[in-house]
Amino acid sequence: MTTSVSQDGLLAVLTTRVRLEERLIFAALERRGVPYAAVDDRTLISDLQAPPPVRYRGVLNRIMSHTRSVYATRLFESTGHRVFNPSGVIEVCGDKILTSLALVAAGLPTPRTVVAVTPDAALGAIEEIGYPAVVKPAVGSWGRLMSKVNDRDAAETLVEHKQALRSPSHSVFYVQELIDKPGRDIRAIVLGDQVVAAVYRRSEHWITNTARGATTEPCEITPELAKLALRAAEAVGGGMLAVDLIERSDGEVLVTEVNHTMEFHGLAAATGLDIADLLVSHVLEAMEP
Amino acid sequence: MTTATTSTCPECEEIVPTAPDARVTSIVVCPACQVELEIIGLDPAEFALAPEIEEDFGE
Repeated sequence: MTTSVSQDGLLAVLTTRVRLEERLIFAALERRGVPYAAVDDRTLISDLQAPPPVRYRGVLNRIMSHTRSVYATRLFESTGHRVFNPSGVIEVCGDKILTSLALVAAGLPTPRTVVAVTPDAALGAIEEIGYPAVVKPAVGSWGRLMSKVNDRDAAETLVEHKQALRSPSHSVFYVQELIDKPGRDIRAIVLGDQVVAAVYRRSEHWITNTARGATTEPCEITPELAKLALRAAEAVGGGMLAVDLIERSDGEVLVTEVNHTMEFHGLAAATGLDIADLLVSHVLEAMEP
Repeated sequence: MTTATTSTCPECEEIVPTAPDARVTSIVVCPACQVELEIIGLDPAEFALAPEIEEDFGE
């Protein structure tokens, strides 16, 4: 990785956009007196045959693009850098199909999921789930392009529209049952082997995502919730993770996804916890010899 | 060390204030047209339209 000034020995914080979360992380590092370098992912260049011009103490990855994140992490790891989170975790968490495979393999409760890898098979996958079904992009976030499909007419239209996008990623269909949740879901923050915070995300809309206007309020971390969140984190490789869970109307709690570059400003405001400092603390402890 | 300063939005030319702790690459929102701006320089503040959110962006 090339940079203009010698930054050996610093903690690198990889960024795409410096949002509130990144500013809070920088502030936490500065309060702790931890030397760091904010590294914009738009500046990264890697010569695969040459030794890295910079030897960072560690790398905290806050890249927003899944594709860029996977490659940047692998490039840093190839030069012996320890990256938080590691590439294996990013690859699994950034792809809903791989996440579901990991959750199912670990025997965790998760919504019923059917995948079709071509538009030709998509209708069959949707009808296998039954109506209403939820179709999500395998890669993406913030509730974007999620579709609730109520009947066959809607399913046929959705498949046709996704085909029209002529993108390989939109030709893969990730289909789940719609969970009759109580107007909220749960987000639990896992750092290593601890669940440090949890919130309810409440919305009148069927998508309960803070990026879509959901509000947050504290959620008690019961032993059952902690166990489920930790098992979900372990299933994807562990690290610094935001585990999203959803309640069925009968009270059963399901794991829906695990996020590897968590946004936390709403959660921090709702709980009063300094999540940025907890993240930094986790990274520093993990880097100790 | 930076000081609070103002410059204009490249989209609508409104004066956009920046906080004292602003840094290059920080994102601010234009108070007039609400477009997201990236700080590309300080003292004086310079803004560019922030990078667009791409399909695989997320958390």
